Amino acid sequence: MSSYRINHLDQLESEAIFVLREVAAQFDNPVMLFSGGKDSIVMAHLAFKAFHPARLPFPLLHVDTGHNFPETIEYRDQFVSEIDARLVIALVQDSIDKGRVVEETGPLASRNSLQTVTLLDALEDGQYDSAIGGGRRDEEKARAKERFFSHRDGFGQWDPKNQRPELWNIFNGRKNHGEHFRVFPLSNWTEMDIWQYIKRENIEIPSLYFSHDREVFERSGTLIAVSDHVHVQENENVKTRKVRFRTIGDATCTGAIESESNTLDQIISEVAAARQTERGTREDDRRTETSMEDRKKEGYF
Amino acid sequence: MKKNLSQKDNYLDMDLLRFTTAGSVDDGKSTLIGRLLYDSKNIFEDQIKAIEESSKRRGDDNVNLALLTDGLKAEREQGITIDVAYRYFATPKRKFIIADTPGHIQYTRNMVTGASTANLAIILVDARKGIVEQTCRHAFIANLLRIQHVIVAINKMDLVDFSEEAYEEIVEEFKSFSSRLDNLIDVTFIPISALHGDNVVDKSENIDWYSGPTLLYQLETVYIGSDHNHVKARFPVQWVIRPHSDEHHDFRGYAGRVAGGVFKPGDEVQVLPSGFTSKIDSIHTADGKSSEAFAPVSCSIILEDEIDISRGDMIVKNNNPPEKGQDIEAMLCWFSDKKMIIRGKYVIRHTSKEIKAIVTDLQYKININTLRKVEDDKEFGLNEIGRVCIRTSSPIFYDSYNNNRTTGSFVLIDEQTNETVAAGMIS
Repeated sequence: MSSYRINHLDQLESEAIFVLREVAAQFDNPVMLFSGGKDSIVMAHLAFKAFHPARLPFPLLHVDTGHNFPETIEYRDQFVSEIDARLVIALVQDSIDKGRVVEETGPLASRNSLQTVTLLDALEDGQYDSAIGGGRRDEEKARAKERFFSHRDGFGQWDPKNQRPELWNIFNGRKNHGEHFRVFPLSNWTEMDIWQYIKRENIEIPSLYFSHDREVFERSGTLIAVSDHVHVQENENVKTRKVRFRTIGDATCTGAIESESNTLDQIISEVAAARQTERGTREDDRRTETSMEDRKKEGYF
Repeated sequence: MKKNLSQKDNYLDMDLLRFTTAGSVDDGKSTLIGRLLYDSKNIFEDQIKAIEESSKRRGDDNVNLALLTDGLKAEREQGITIDVAYRYFATPKRKFIIADTPGHIQYTRNMVTGASTANLAIILVDARKGIVEQTCRHAFIANLLRIQHVIVAINKMDLVDFSEEAYEEIVEEFKSFSSRLDNLIDVTFIPISALHGDNVVDKSENIDWYSGPTLLYQLETVYIGSDHNHVKARFPVQWVIRPHSDEHHDFRGYAGRVAGGVFKPGDEVQVLPSGFTSKIDSIHTADGKSSEAFAPVSCSIILEDEIDISRGDMIVKNNNPPEKGQDIEAMLCWFSDKKMIIRGKYVIRHTSKEIKAIVTDLQYKININTLRKVEDDKEFGLNEIGRVCIRTSSPIFYDSYNNNRTTGSFVLIDEQTNETVAAGMIS
């Protein structure tokens, strides 16, 4: 092997850093979405590297459904202070109070779909012309064709048939007034790459990702954690089990998996042996066969 | 250090191979990708369950592996793939990124896009039909985009009774027409059946006369270490890092991704376009100082002297500078419904530079089915490929595309719509 070889993690890191620097250079007012989940943590870590020793040239934006696991918020605040970033919080509750959205009712209510409106409002309020997200192409079918620089029209909508071709590492971020871009520096990463990188870089992640005891119940094949934000129905059996989360989203629709994995090595082995995609635990994707594609067109990340 | 790594830690240090797949309609490309993912155990239970249900609904006899890769609702309804889709899989030996591109004539643009980042191309040939126009087109595009490694997968061998003769005929035919395609330096022919899995991941018992590698084995072992130019040092500046903090008051790092060659502290360098020379003081990544940086590593470079450098400038070594000029000749692939306007103004994006440009002439077009030049037709539209002359509003610093994929490539952008209308490879 030639001595000028770089391994897959270095290649993905170099590519993501390149994309992040392009965002800083091509846009006037970017913002980086930060949910406290592992993908956004890796993305913010890469941004820290891309501009070190300067501060991030853009703020982090958390769209907060109010239905969080407390561990996520604790982690978020600590992480943001460690990398010395600016944090902007957009509350779904504010959108509800302003009458911008109507909260779902009933036992299966979730604020997940309301986030889109809060996000678009926050982008408009902040006059952001580009929003950097942690989406990966391997997550879901509709994302396999997503660009690094994804153009959105004046309504924040994504038109899968009207996206710019991306060749080599040339990204075209030119736009008209009122239009903006979503940028996905982790496009080429897989779930496994994310875990391997977290291990290699020794990045601290929320405790929710590791095995712990938690009260859960089963709903359509998914383990949902008991919290103030979910209504346990009569036929649903609450039990304490050893679980961890593969993704961290809104507490009402993110499922846990039974797991004994306490360390990154154990998680990596578990991911390697997994027989379900990570979004297999996301109730929101299963509502219809094309639910991700439909939500994306409306402006979901 | 390296030899102490456990088996598990080796997973942190794998090669990455990017490849593109091209085939005509019904050559079985989606089935092949589905088979590759399925047999290498990269498909999850919930994905299998979803396609089993879809196959049943559609009335397919078997589980239709092609459904694994058919992405968007619109194209599943039409039963065709309409855009480049990226797929990911891994084996214990390598990680793979597939740029899955459709094969229709109207989608040359997608094939070019998928090919632009690929180290390897799989060209699918239907064993019953042999080399057809689209095969030539795929080979031509692989050559044009300088994909050095090509696998010609001769598919549907089950439908020609696994005949060695049929296979040999196709091999000879491909060799005879591709002899003109100089960039294809490594071509491997593999007889397969994607539908039944012969020679995709597992060796075929039906094709006992073939002693070469399976498709996956070839993907896992092809040597890709020499795909970057490590001789001519090129560093397009993307961004200037200036912390403005007490701790790093004087820090001025030129951030970018090495596009060629090797940079080391102490190297004499020249900054273009100013021509000022200096020495590299240090090379930084967020993990600290580096002793060297080579393509395609992202880093920041600090020079010994204070020179005014900004985005769009290029740091190079003195011994082999790039070409410099305002007039370039290039092979161009047109991507827009709106035809190219000769003497029309466009924006050219080349490395980190964006300036105005005029296409001054279309020298010839190429009929990509026959590979013949067409010189008398000056209309240049969607999916056409031709050779053009371009004048830029200020000098650019470039290499030929065959020498350097990064400093030899560019895109043209329509100033009114901001669309990317063409991709170019400098001659």
